[in-house]
Amino acid sequence: MAAFYSFFVVLALVVLAWAGAGEAGWKGLFGIYIPYLALLVFLFGFLSKILSWAKTPVPFCIPTTGGQQKSLPWIKNNPWDNPYNASGTVIRMALEVLTFRSLFRNTSVQLQQDGPKVGYNSAKWLWLFALMFHYSFLLIVLRHLRLFTNPVPMPILKLEFFDSILQIGVPVLYQSDMIFVVAILFLFLRRVFDCKVNYISIMSDYFPLFLILAIALSGMWMRYIAKVDVIAVKELTMGLVTFHPVIPKDPIDISFFVHIFLVSVLFMYFPFSKLMHMGGVFLSPTRNMPNFSRRQMWVNPWNDPAIKAHSYAAYEDDFREKMIEAGLPVDKKA
Amino acid sequence: MAKYPPPEELIKINYSTPPTSWMDVPPEFKPGNFSYPAKPDILKYLNFPNPRVWSPMDDDWKLPENWKEIITEGFRERLDKYRSFKIFMDVCVRCGACADKCHFFIGGGDPKNMPVLRAELLRSIYRGDFTMAGKILGRLAGARKLETDVVKEWFLYFYQCTECRRCSLFCPYGIDTAEITMMARELLHLVGCNINWILEPVANCNRTGNHLGIQPHAFKDMVEFLCEDIETVTGVRIDPPLNRKGAEILFITPSGDIFADPGIYTFMGYLILFHYLDLDYTWSTYASEGGNFGLFTSDKMMKKLNGKMYHEAERLGVKWILGGECGHMWRVINQYMLTMNGPANFLQTPVSPITGTRFDAAAGTKMLHITEFTADLIKNNKLKLDPSRNANFKVTFHDSCNTARGMGILEEPRYILKNVVPEFYEMPDNTIREQTFCCGGGAGLNNEEFMETRLRGGLPRGNAVKYVRDTHGVNTLACMCAIDRATLPPLCDYWAPGVGVSGIHELVSNALVLDGEKKRTMDLRQNPLPGFEDEEEE
Ligand code: SF4
Ligand code: SF4
Repeated sequence: MAAFYSFFVVLALVVLAWAGAGEAGWKGLFGIYIPYLALLVFLFGFLSKILSWAKTPVPFCIPTTGGQQKSLPWIKNNPWDNPYNASGTVIRMALEVLTFRSLFRNTSVQLQQDGPKVGYNSAKWLWLFALMFHYSFLLIVLRHLRLFTNPVPMPILKLEFFDSILQIGVPVLYQSDMIFVVAILFLFLRRVFDCKVNYISIMSDYFPLFLILAIALSGMWMRYIAKVDVIAVKELTMGLVTFHPVIPKDPIDISFFVHIFLVSVLFMYFPFSKLMHMGGVFLSPTRNMPNFSRRQMWVNPWNDPAIKAHSYAAYEDDFREKMIEAGLPVDKKA
Repeated sequence: MAKYPPPEELIKINYSTPPTSWMDVPPEFKPGNFSYPAKPDILKYLNFPNPRVWSPMDDDWKLPENWKEIITEGFRERLDKYRSFKIFMDVCVRCGACADKCHFFIGGGDPKNMPVLRAELLRSIYRGDFTMAGKILGRLAGARKLETDVVKEWFLYFYQCTECRRCSLFCPYGIDTAEITMMARELLHLVGCNINWILEPVANCNRTGNHLGIQPHAFKDMVEFLCEDIETVTGVRIDPPLNRKGAEILFITPSGDIFADPGIYTFMGYLILFHYLDLDYTWSTYASEGGNFGLFTSDKMMKKLNGKMYHEAERLGVKWILGGECGHMWRVINQYMLTMNGPANFLQTPVSPITGTRFDAAAGTKMLHITEFTADLIKNNKLKLDPSRNANFKVTFHDSCNTARGMGILEEPRYILKNVVPEFYEMPDNTIREQTFCCGGGAGLNNEEFMETRLRGGLPRGNAVKYVRDTHGVNTLACMCAIDRATLPPLCDYWAPGVGVSGIHELVSNALVLDGEKKRTMDLRQNPLPGFEDEEEE
């Protein structure tokens, strides 16, 4: 159900842009105003979310330790999974963010009735496709920078060159596009067919998937099928970044407006959704803290000094007679 | 006795999900799947709200009039106090990587025991009350309204989480369901829904200093009783110091080990080791509990109970504190103690009086783990050991969740075990160290009425034990946690019959050769040593 709703919402968005920028001719709205608005919403929303997290205290030092602590010198510490200082923690975070280390650990449970036997198989598909998805997404975003820079910086040209190195078709096919679509499809099919994941999925899981898929497909459509006028597109995008927005004289295929509208929707949706995991992963206290709270004091800003233990004196008052009788030392004689 | 089904039946677990959305599946209370509510007088003693007699099986839970407001306010307060909570509410992508990592899901198949869904029970209310999308789109955005059924569901499932953090290890954002469970339990306290097995120990601990409510003179009696047993086995008379001012070291361990089999053997192990070393130390009857069920209650209660350790160390004038074998006790010491009750400037960084080793890992808390202490002794050849006296035991080791994933003390106990027993075998990789599985009864769920669920949750651990029993003939599951020593025996009897449970220091002192000891013919359990079996029969 959630998947259907999401699909239709994305379809409606496509139709809206198609009709709006086409029939109705609101090219300025779809090509200029909405993108600007989207950018504002994104920046403002993203920052305020990050700030709201950042200003919430971290009362306790609660890393989830994933290996041997640093204790005795002759016992080998696992500095990446159980860091005890800042540099280890940076490496742990880098591995997490860049290589999805925790996901790499993934296993799946197998239950065998005879025995019985519970087994744990390595299950790296999610890791693999998640990695493919995120890295191809990143490449695609970087590649798009050529539309917003003049002259186009060397690294981006290089990137484009390598991304199309297989030289398939005209215009040449970017490998990242293919990988991207395949990865999205995998993530979608997994959500549908893995019954556990299906059961936990809600609309906010399907919607971004469909939206991103629609962005990818509309982008590929305009490049490979509609073959939009890239010069005109660049005129528009450069207008946007230089704050002199214009709708170019030369016509731009409608698919471009669909594409840019969907991207705008994604930008606006981003800060209010689970996509904020992009920011959250850096702030997660179970990962970004060293396991050092036995070495040095971690301060809790709202620690309440008024909370005191039931004192020894009160304890002794309670049990003095019995303690004396048992021959236990007491502070105050009866 | 057998209120729960036999293993052949329990193992028929169905991992498929029902056709109805989880939001439409009401919580179902059955004997064996929940713990009994806290008694009213306990709540009154602790000053907790809404003391009353009630049962989860009742329709009416007698919640306070304005319970919705109370919970919403409590929710808001905690979102403002804990970054972890806020982030964990916001960033889960429902990738499902954590789904089959929870022992309660593996052993029971109830989808609401998938960590992600457990968290969604709370997250759905968060969306409805605190996010724009949830307020406008409601269920479409994964939000739902706070109803009494939601509270019931929370009670059921947040008291079916042992806060073991296994899910957190696998989550790409480190989302820690234990943290979420803690928050949920705090919210439940606000409206008077809590369990007796946690709050009675908390109340006891506050007054008498330990969970069991053992008063000072009785504590002394019990120690003396154990010393008599030690004399029977070793021929050596031990007279341990209690509440002694001016000792160098204060030793604190869970009280669970002083009265019940097999914990008492570990307790005896400490006594023997300290006697052997002629250690300048003391026990305390006031701080006679290492464990801290406050961790399973609220941050306030945790702080209050933990405060005794430093309070007593300061009063007795010791230099540093040595802590016994316990799981959650060490999570509290490692991750909370100094923050809550520090700094401990009246103490010094622990230095072993025997080897001179300075333990900088404990420079802040000034509290050392006994396996760090003993491993250092063995490494420096300070213990005369005869592992052959443990030849009856083929040993494997169970990492407690808290010491594994909330501290990372993995090698020290292994090093000790390998030095004191002739045969040691590891369980399969995915079930030990940081990936270790819970005993099924952590976080205050080790009560009798919850046994069926405990045994289900104990399947992954029990099955791994069974594996080493069948492949290597393992007959002893060593652990360094007092709760484990109480929960693992029934678990082994059920899933891996024939395997017994022991502590590390029980095995250490079996092997430890004391000055002036008599020829040992039996181990601490007074079972004949290898080579002496026949004499027994004569
Ligand atoms: S692994 Fe983490 S992000 Fe994935 S479903 Fe579980 S809690 Fe959510
Ligand atoms: S903390 Fe442990 S018991 Fe709780 S949900 Fe996670 S895996 Fe399950």
